[in-house]
Amino acid sequence: MSYNFKAEMNKPERLAPGHRMCAGCGGTIAVRAVLRALHEGDRAVIGNATGCLEVSTFMYPYTSYEDSYIHNAFENAGATMGGVETAYKVLKRKGKIKEDFKFITFGGDGGTYDIGLQSLSGAMERNHDFVYVCYDNGAYMNTGIQRSSATPMYADTTTTPVGSQSNGKMQNRKDLAAIIAAHDVPYVGQSTLLGNFKDLHTKAEKAIYTEGACFLNVMAPCPRGWRYPAEDIMEICRLGVETCYWPLFEVDHGKWILNYEPKKKLPVEDFLRPQGRFKHLFKKGNEDLLVQFQEEVDRRWEELQFRCSKY
Amino acid sequence: MAIRERLSGNEAISYAIKQVNPDVMPAFPITPSTEIPQYVANYIANGEMDTDFIPVESEHSSMSATVGASAAGARALTATSSCGLALMWEELYVAASNRLPLALCLVNRALSGPININCDHSDSMGARDTGFIQIYAENNQEAYDNFVQAYRISEHKDVRLPIMICQDGFITSHAVENIELLEDEKVKGFVGEYEPENYLLNAEQPIAVGPYAVSNYYMETKMAQNTAMRNAKKVILEVGKQYGEMSGRTYGFFEEYRLEDADYAMVIIGSAAGTSKDAVDALREQGVKAGLLKLRVFRPFPDEEIANALKHCKTVAIMDRSESFRGKGGPLGAEVKAALYDHAANVRAFNLIYGLGGRDFTVEEAERIYRDLEAYDKEGKAFEEYRYVGLRG
Repeated sequence: MSYNFKAEMNKPERLAPGHRMCAGCGGTIAVRAVLRALHEGDRAVIGNATGCLEVSTFMYPYTSYEDSYIHNAFENAGATMGGVETAYKVLKRKGKIKEDFKFITFGGDGGTYDIGLQSLSGAMERNHDFVYVCYDNGAYMNTGIQRSSATPMYADTTTTPVGSQSNGKMQNRKDLAAIIAAHDVPYVGQSTLLGNFKDLHTKAEKAIYTEGACFLNVMAPCPRGWRYPAEDIMEICRLGVETCYWPLFEVDHGKWILNYEPKKKLPVEDFLRPQGRFKHLFKKGNEDLLVQFQEEVDRRWEELQFRCSKY
Repeated sequence: MAIRERLSGNEAISYAIKQVNPDVMPAFPITPSTEIPQYVANYIANGEMDTDFIPVESEHSSMSATVGASAAGARALTATSSCGLALMWEELYVAASNRLPLALCLVNRALSGPININCDHSDSMGARDTGFIQIYAENNQEAYDNFVQAYRISEHKDVRLPIMICQDGFITSHAVENIELLEDEKVKGFVGEYEPENYLLNAEQPIAVGPYAVSNYYMETKMAQNTAMRNAKKVILEVGKQYGEMSGRTYGFFEEYRLEDADYAMVIIGSAAGTSKDAVDALREQGVKAGLLKLRVFRPFPDEEIANALKHCKTVAIMDRSESFRGKGGPLGAEVKAALYDHAANVRAFNLIYGLGGRDFTVEEAERIYRDLEAYDKEGKAFEEYRYVGLRG
């Protein structure tokens, strides 16, 4: 299907303005982009793990969602939407509801990579017909920038602070998209906020309209946590992709597909330098840390290329 | 005609679930409640009911999915025991505060540690302040009857609260007893169809469930839950009465067994009431005016009714099958004593702990307790309060 950015942007918003998310928040942009992929007139139930998005978009007595919405708790967005989707199937079968619904649930990386992983894994394995969207900003931003298993190595967070004896987080980030792909679900996509949003839109549409459990991992930078000027978000995302730190790929019914290969892969320091959380990497004497970071990006990029080359 | 059968407590509950035929049942295995999802899965596999079973990966997820299904507009339930209930603790509050009339079949079991699979009430007593209605059974018949009444209570427009239908692990869940079942049509007619007012899948009126609410709204939600819990008292009595008209078995907040003229009474929950009834009968033969109050409904707590039923007694033993580690007794003891105080029932009441982790509670022990109540009253003999009944010598 052809993609027309202008037409998409002219669709009625399903996340109404007036919510309390920060200016320049990547999560909000990601949510709006995913919801635009719902065809006009299609009904949906939106789910949400506890996090910035939830506390800022559904503060009693106001909701920003045009669709039905459910927040349950932090670690159970997968199980909760599994229950909603099962209820839909049963009530449809019993003739109690006639209309069609789609099911999309959002969680941050804390609620998805960490505390909600078991619930998500269960829901994916049971192949509930819904889309789980992780808006990955690489830390617990709602509680004040604590590290998660999505936080990249050497990031300065409030629980991995850089200090005289510390260079920030000591571990690499978890590759969640690969973990979910290993559940053999129909569709997994990794995307971010880019250009005219065609990549994210296409993947979201595919995920929403593919039967079964689908997963999207969307890098959604947080200007406060990453410490860059809020207006630079699109450039940050572009650099994430051009350095192959955040490759664009999908796993469609088991088939790994690389969606974009930079003509000239940029050094990862181009992505790291604008972010205050990596400032210490550019201090004299820390050159080896940058080398290590680059090696890890290269290793993962090669591994992804290998996976995608098999098809 | 009612159907005479021989079933275990788990079978009885499962049979009731089949007859009610709810929409969604997520569940996770744990002894001794595991059989309930097993029976239900078998009924589904053989086309005897058309509930959707979700084999979730944890109890936290089973209650989370039950919450999701219920919010979506389905009649939903789960079953669990012990650590399973403890794992879903957070979700119990979510279910209650979202005013979801879902059901939880609890098979009471001790909490770890040490890990122990046998009966006591520490699981449900630990969840007593979550906002669930709690109804307990002495035997398989009551477990069955209580479940058939569950949704009529929880879904009532003045209530709309989740409900926990409790029975004693192994003692009733696995023991096979004679039971009288109702015909399918009678059960279906009694329970009726679920017609939710607000639900996620209502195409006419989308809703949002589970808000963030700060100090200026939170407290009112708690007051509303409390009002609903108070309203549940009337509904429980109405439903218990109507159930009696249909089945011949009427239910209230508690059963009074030879209590009317009793001098010495015991307050107890669950299967051990049967043991104590035998002791009451034996003592009555010997001229001791013993009686029993078997509490069926712990939430809402029928404090005034309990105080009225006990106020004529001389001494009372309140029997707790769970610890609260306040150093002075268990939860039932605390609440019954408060009820006596609040309603100026001047009765000397003692609190005893029994049956933890499946420790047997015998007729002889029950008799001894009654004898001690009598000796305190007649001879002024000190009553060893807050004692553990049946400890190893």
